[in-house]
Amino acid sequence: MSNILRSRSTERVPATGTDHGRDAPTAPDSAELERFAARPIRPLRHPARWIITALVVVVALNFAQTLFTNPAWEWSKVGTWIVNPTILKGLRLTLLATGISAVVSLAGGILVALARLSKNPVLSSLSWLYVWVFRSLPLILVLIFLYNLGNLYPSIGIGIPFGPQFQVKTVSVLSDLTLGVVGLSLAQIAYTSEVVRAGLLSVDAGQLEAAKSLGIPRRRQFTRILLPQALRSIVPAFVNQIIGLLQASSLLFYVSLLDLFGVVQNLGSTYPTDIIPLLVVASIWYLVFTSVIGVIQYYIERFYARGAAREVPLTPLQRLRRAVGTRRPTGAIR
Amino acid sequence: MSTALEIRGATKAFGDKPVLRGIDLDVARGSVTVILGPSGSGKSTLLRAINHLEKLDQGFVRVAGELIGVKVKGDRFVELHERDILTQRSRIGFVFQAFNLFPHLTILENVTEAPISLARDVAESREKALILLDRVGLADKAAAYPRQLSGGQQQRVAIARALVLEPELILFDEPTSALDPELVREVLDVISGLAGTGTTLVVVTHEIGFAREVADRVVFMDEGVIVEQGTPAEIFDTPSHPRTREFLSRVL
Repeated sequence: MSNILRSRSTERVPATGTDHGRDAPTAPDSAELERFAARPIRPLRHPARWIITALVVVVALNFAQTLFTNPAWEWSKVGTWIVNPTILKGLRLTLLATGISAVVSLAGGILVALARLSKNPVLSSLSWLYVWVFRSLPLILVLIFLYNLGNLYPSIGIGIPFGPQFQVKTVSVLSDLTLGVVGLSLAQIAYTSEVVRAGLLSVDAGQLEAAKSLGIPRRRQFTRILLPQALRSIVPAFVNQIIGLLQASSLLFYVSLLDLFGVVQNLGSTYPTDIIPLLVVASIWYLVFTSVIGVIQYYIERFYARGAAREVPLTPLQRLRRAVGTRRPTGAIR
Repeated sequence: MSTALEIRGATKAFGDKPVLRGIDLDVARGSVTVILGPSGSGKSTLLRAINHLEKLDQGFVRVAGELIGVKVKGDRFVELHERDILTQRSRIGFVFQAFNLFPHLTILENVTEAPISLARDVAESREKALILLDRVGLADKAAAYPRQLSGGQQQRVAIARALVLEPELILFDEPTSALDPELVREVLDVISGLAGTGTTLVVVTHEIGFAREVADRVVFMDEGVIVEQGTPAEIFDTPSHPRTREFLSRVL
């Protein structure tokens, strides 16, 4: 064994200095190197990358083909269901519940985050307690709790302890959409407040010091200096929250609210043969909303990126125009 | 000459670590005072205590005769309401080592932010801001954002921002320490240009050359106390205290 190794290594000895790789049997002389220096350097090639790409494309095409060839997709039914009035009604509820909860949770989230960061120990502990409770409880549990709130507190009200009270019947306050929005918002405020808090903490302390030393009033220190900079990191995380909220709104079905998912579920049991097209319809609408939210997010992020980079990145539309422009021989658009 | 700034018995500890151990200092109106000292000597804390970014444990600061951050109640000082402290700060300029420009606002907006937020006339504030930007040589950058500027340019904007409220006193906290060596000069030139214009300047810096040229008085601090003070000639040529001599031998 050791003999073999030794004999191999001795074989190699004369080759050292020239045999660095299979393409370089002899070292090029300096005249040759000078000639090579004038040529562009060939970047490293990635054959494995191309093979994997090809495999993925084949699998994707195979699946795409079944969309057309598999009759079970029933695209004609998808076409009729997608604009069905009942579906559209469910859609309206999903959008309303998500939209209102998103606005409420942003405003509420900012307030809870501010309370959490405040120097007032009562406010800060209460805010911590709130976040702890509503991050711990599953949303569906909160919703069903609210649904049965009438059993727990037949009437709700506020007043001075042992003094005058203002009261209303629980059932008349928490009806339908209100219940859904309150449930979704309670949970979302808790999540959003953490997103906002992280955003506020990410702003450099020097920013507030500069604002203070200029005598800028406190409220404006927050709205003009701190919040706009915090929003840069808040927006992507918050949009993620909204998308989660959009999907969480499908839980409203469990408290007898017919949102998009609820409607599809109901229609599915009425028309069992149409279950696949109905699911496709629901998927399409959820995809549409998420895409719209994504586009809005892109432009909001761009807005809050002002001053963050040395140059504002181009919008996709501008990039497209520029790409088309450079292909033109005249290069009219730059 | 009247007193622009008066500090008496300024004492401050971070936890059990004393940073200021009884500072007395008088600064004449319109003069340039340079504070020197090794790092950790309390210079920055003293400067930040002047506009109440740091609260003193004991002692007081008066700017143009007015107590800063506190008022007398009964037989002691009590802290002022935040709103009143902000009003006092608007009369004291502060320039930070790290510039602390607002990165999401343009250069012009950085300068006009304070006057506009203090309900001054918008058009007038813009006009004044442009004049100041011109004075620091950056009028053409009004629409740019801070990150598009070099460090030296950013610090010049920060000086314009501090000047826009026409403060009677401007505090500089190591204004050139975050700059590349070739950018230090342009910032020091702007500061030198302010000397003798009636505004009182207090500068914490390590730039000995600047101190020698521009300062009326040099204050040497170490371990939370003022070790000695005097004219630049007195401090640099004939320092009386061994700690001053030791410090100067290391930095000169």
